[in-house]
Order: sequence, then C-alpha cells, then structure tokens
Amino acid sequence: MADDPYGTLGIARDATDKQIRSAFLKLAKTSHPDLNPGDPKAEERFKTINAAHDLLSDPERRARFDRGEIDGDGHERPPPGPPPGQRSYREHAQGPGGHHYSSGFEGDEDDLGDILSGMFGARGRAGARREGPDRRYTLAVGFLDAVRGATQRLVLPEGGSLDVRIPPGMQSGQILRLRGKGGSGEPPGDALIEVDVGSHPVFRRDGRDIHLDLPVSVAEAVLGARVTVPTIDGPVTMTIPEGSDTGTRLRLRGKGVPAVGDQPAGDAYATLRVMIGPKDAELARFLRDRTDAPAWNPRTALESAL
Amino acid sequence: MISLDILVVTVDGLDRGEVEHWIAQEWVRPHQGPEGWLFRDIDVARLRLIRELRYDLALDETALPMVLHLLDQLYATRRHLRRLTNAVDRHAPAEIRDAVVRALGD
Repeated sequence: MADDPYGTLGIARDATDKQIRSAFLKLAKTSHPDLNPGDPKAEERFKTINAAHDLLSDPERRARFDRGEIDGDGHERPPPGPPPGQRSYREHAQGPGGHHYSSGFEGDEDDLGDILSGMFGARGRAGARREGPDRRYTLAVGFLDAVRGATQRLVLPEGGSLDVRIPPGMQSGQILRLRGKGGSGEPPGDALIEVDVGSHPVFRRDGRDIHLDLPVSVAEAVLGARVTVPTIDGPVTMTIPEGSDTGTRLRLRGKGVPAVGDQPAGDAYATLRVMIGPKDAELARFLRDRTDAPAWNPRTALESAL
Repeated sequence: MISLDILVVTVDGLDRGEVEHWIAQEWVRPHQGPEGWLFRDIDVARLRLIRELRYDLALDETALPMVLHLLDQLYATRRHLRRLTNAVDRHAPAEIRDAVVRALGD
C-alpha cells in the first residue's frame, strides 16, 4: 500500500473533494482488474487507488492523516473485489463458462473469430481448406504438334495466358493438368486443359502408328523403285519392291509417334496406291497388242463376297 | 444458482428493481427458471462488475453497454488466444513451438 494517498492519486495536498473524486475516477477506470485481464498488476494498482480514495474522501480520516495520526494504510472499508471465496468476473469470463457472455459475433465457442480462422489458411475446423477451384480450358493443337510434342500458348478467357507444354503423342480428349494454375486459393486450383487435336491432309494416326497413302506409278509398282516418302519428321527414302500393287502396305520402322517414357516409338505405314497417270499411247498399244496377257479378273473378290 | 430474492440479500449494493432493469437491457443474462430468475456464479460476478462500473467508477447508462460489449469482445479474444496457445502447446511438434516462441521474441 502506498504511503502517500495524495501521490497515489496525483493530486496536491490541498485538493478539493471534487478534484479527489475526479482523479480517482480517471485512474480507477483504467486499472479496474476486470477491465484489464491481461495486466496482472492492475489489481494491486486498483486496490491502492481505492484505498487512497477511501482515505481522502472521508474528511475525518483525511484530517487525521494530514496531522500524521494515521498512515496511508489505515483503511476501514473492505478492499475492492469479490468477497473472500468468490471469484472475480474476469476469472469467470476467462474460464470455460465465459462464453455465456460472448459478444454477438462469436456464435458458438468453436467459431474462432476472423483472425484465428484465417490463420495458416485454415478454418477453425480441421480439414476444411480454402482451396482454389480448378479451371477447365480447351486447347486446339495441330496434328504434328500433338504427335511430336510442342509448347503452345493458351490465351485465357479471363485474361492472361499459359504456356502449355504438350508432351509427344497427345490425342484428342486427353487432359493436361497444370498444378496451381487454376483459381486462386490456398492451395491454388489446377488448370485442366483438354486437348483437341486437328486432322492432317496426309497422315492418319492409329495408336502409336502413323498411316499414309503413297501414290506410285505403274512402272514403280511393276518394276520396283526407290521413292521419297514424307514422315512426321521429314522425308525419307523407301524401296518399293518389284511387283507391288495398290493396297500393298510398307512399314517404316520407328517413324510413328516418338517414344515417350517407357512407350516405344510407333511405326509409319505407307499404303501404296498405283496411279495410271496421264494418257500413255505406248502403254495402251502394248496392252492392246499383247497376245499372252494372263487371264485375271480383279473383281473376283467382290463377287465371292456377295 | 441463486434466486433474485437471495441475490439482493447476499450481494451488497444490489437493488432488486435495478437488477431487473439490467436483465431487461440484457447486460446480464441469468437462467430463466420455472419460478423466476436463477443466477449462476458468473452472473453474480457480472452484476458486481456492473455495479462497480456504474457507481464506483461513475459510468453513465449510455456508456455502460458499450463498455460491456467491448469487454465481452476482449474476453472472447482472450479465450480464443488461450485455445490457440493450448492447441500449439499440446499438439504442435517441439520445433514448431520453438519457432513460434522465437518469432514472438523478435
């Protein structure tokens, strides 16, 4: 307990009753222990202020103190605070029953309020995270880019763009997932990009193999030849065996879809189409004058299928 | 829990009419029993606090509800903080606790 109640309240020794009361209220309002639950010294401060006020607000005791008959401790009223054996309001309010007087926004005690529920990106309850949504896009990819692999820019409808790496061998309907490139959140969502592969005037795809029709002349088919064949990674030279025909299928090993991971490269297949070409009087004469032509009907297969 | 009759004779400086007024203002929320109000320990402590704010500290009728509301928010925040520290204390790995303590010490 302070020895000088005037010093405790910060007033002069000739202060009026009104000044005493005013100084007391000013100090007491900031040190009431229930208003200062985080300050363990508030209670002691509050008791000192009250004792000083009690003494100085009683004219008789103030006069005795001024004459030096009693010291600053001589209070007769009970000290402030709950009666012995009872808990203060702050002890109740900070205990498990405290939520009885929760302020309106608190709802139930599991609701942690805005700051804590935003903490670590977690909501009050475990498991629920503020994940960003996935976003779906469609990307048109050229046939050769899809087969060989490429990087292509996707312009997003909501603005911005994504550089999409297309691995070799993509087919229409397959979906590329770009982690974290979807809607914002914690964690951000993914961008799901469905690939739409275009067609090609020359090449067709069947699994990992590439097919094309290869026109050849009558002479190339009959006599055999070395011809240049387009493939997905440039022209190559191929031998047409002597006596080939329309429908003859020749394989170019490893010239299909490139190897990816543990999947081996596919093959390319050239299906020959014998072309007669422009009118050839010499050829016509040879065929007309020929006396030993073999008896052969190319429509036999049609007839037997009917 | 105690009734209003018991309350006004056991707690110094509480007037029956004034307690009923404070209940009507919802500054204190006792349990509504079949035969009248029943006051828990926390209700009694709160009534004592309201009385001190109103008379010892001379808070007027208009400022009092604001003080109580701010006080309720203060205690709610302190309960949340206590739950958080308990959760970190009991469930976070030691290195996380150390990191938090270090971060708060800076």
